[in-house]
Amino acid sequence: MKCVEVTDLVVRYEHVTALDGVSLDLAPGTALGIVGPNGSGKSTLLKAIAGLVRPTSGSVRVLETSPRALPPGTIGYVPQAEEVDYGFPVNVRDVVSMGRYPRLAPLAPFRAQDRRAVDDAIAALDLGALQKRRISELSGGQQRRTFVARAIAQQPKLLLLDEPTTGVDAATEDAILALVRSLVKGGLPVMMTTHDLDRAHEWFDRLIVVDRRILDDGAPADVLASGTYAQIREHTHVHGHRRAEEHA
Amino acid sequence: MNELLAPFAFEFMQRAFVAALVVGGLCSTMGTYVVLRKLAFIGDGLAHASFAGIVIAYLRGFNLNLGAAIVTVITALGIGFVHRRARISLDTSIGVLFTGAFALGIFLMSRSPRSTVDLQSFLFGNILGVSRADLETIVGLAVIVAAIVAVLWRPLLYASFDAIVAQASGIRVAIVDDVLLVVVALTIIVSLQSVGIVLVAALLVTPAAAAAQLTSRFLPMLTLAGIFGIVSSVGGLYLSYFLAAASGATIVLLATVIFFASVGVAAARRRMREAQRVAS
Repeated sequence: MKCVEVTDLVVRYEHVTALDGVSLDLAPGTALGIVGPNGSGKSTLLKAIAGLVRPTSGSVRVLETSPRALPPGTIGYVPQAEEVDYGFPVNVRDVVSMGRYPRLAPLAPFRAQDRRAVDDAIAALDLGALQKRRISELSGGQQRRTFVARAIAQQPKLLLLDEPTTGVDAATEDAILALVRSLVKGGLPVMMTTHDLDRAHEWFDRLIVVDRRILDDGAPADVLASGTYAQIREHTHVHGHRRAEEHA
Repeated sequence: MNELLAPFAFEFMQRAFVAALVVGGLCSTMGTYVVLRKLAFIGDGLAHASFAGIVIAYLRGFNLNLGAAIVTVITALGIGFVHRRARISLDTSIGVLFTGAFALGIFLMSRSPRSTVDLQSFLFGNILGVSRADLETIVGLAVIVAAIVAVLWRPLLYASFDAIVAQASGIRVAIVDDVLLVVVALTIIVSLQSVGIVLVAALLVTPAAAAAQLTSRFLPMLTLAGIFGIVSSVGGLYLSYFLAAASGATIVLLATVIFFASVGVAAARRRMREAQRVAS
């Protein structure tokens, strides 16, 4: 069974084409890495799969249905930059507990299984000592761990991580890596964008290079050896991004 | 002692106290969401929008509260619609729609030969004039609002804190947002007779803002805001009797006093924590 099936996906934001004919699928228990230069459409691809962006054309199917028609709690999503009010009156445990909200019926009490899922997520991200701290009192890396823990507590059927290790320390990166690998081993499909290629073989079973289209797709070692990513990074560095050319 | 209980001897005052209790609790509870979403402007906006409904109902000869409720709910839904479709900020959408609705009310009044409606009671409220039927409407609407919030408090909280991730996880954020706007609109309608168009925003925002000074958790903030709202409205009404002052204004002034007291307490607590930190 394919957990994700993207067919000829085109996403345009007014005059900018973010994705132009992307097709891919994802099997259960696979960690898919998505690399590409800034502005290449990596985040847009995750947003389209999460149902946050409507395709201009083409289709996105998650677990054989439209993302917007999925039962609540199916997709766990950690965006690149959380657009939250850090002054909001919630502590770490409150935020992680929100991961259970989509799964709770109206007026339903927080059940033992919900508490266990929250406890497990907090333990997996080593947040036990911080769980009563307000999120405004945390470092950037601790906030990242909190948001990843919320997605894990949700017990999703598909996990989408948008650069979850950007700005975090080595210990946090190791914790997230160990968690992702253990979830993938348990059969969860994971899609994750990153700029860090040094550990790609540790993170991912499969790697795609995106620059509005999928330029390469395969095992991490093969994709890195092909030099595709290095070439588009060089092109972007020397000539600027193609989107900039579109605007010119 | 008898003198202190004097306000409760009158039936109209008993009704007013019940109305104050309900309005104070309801406004401040909804105000918690309004403050957390940084939508303080919406209370003022929807209250002014209700004016068009009051004028239309007056000119057409039907129930003024019903007219206010219809126009305010339509404006609330319109605010959400314009915000999403025109891709403008919610604040801008509120500014455009409420001024439009308010202007419609003034326009219709100015064109009508029957422009003798007692504006002052709508602008500043008249809680002492709450009839038994009014009280039943207030309590009925309050029960509806309370039931909606009890059912939706988790999606409301999630969507208020992190709308994008809430949506990705399957919460229908646009619907939750619209429900919030409608519930705030109903809360304002419930409160209009008590504190009036001009002051209702204060009862919505000030108790919640005071609670935010004293706690860093959502549910305690909701509870404290409710207590402050009830103390302000019931206490304000009680004080207004002895001070022979306008009840709506006294209610809002007491809420303002509680807000500044909370700011003072919060500042003192911060200084004490700092002193303890330096000492250790």
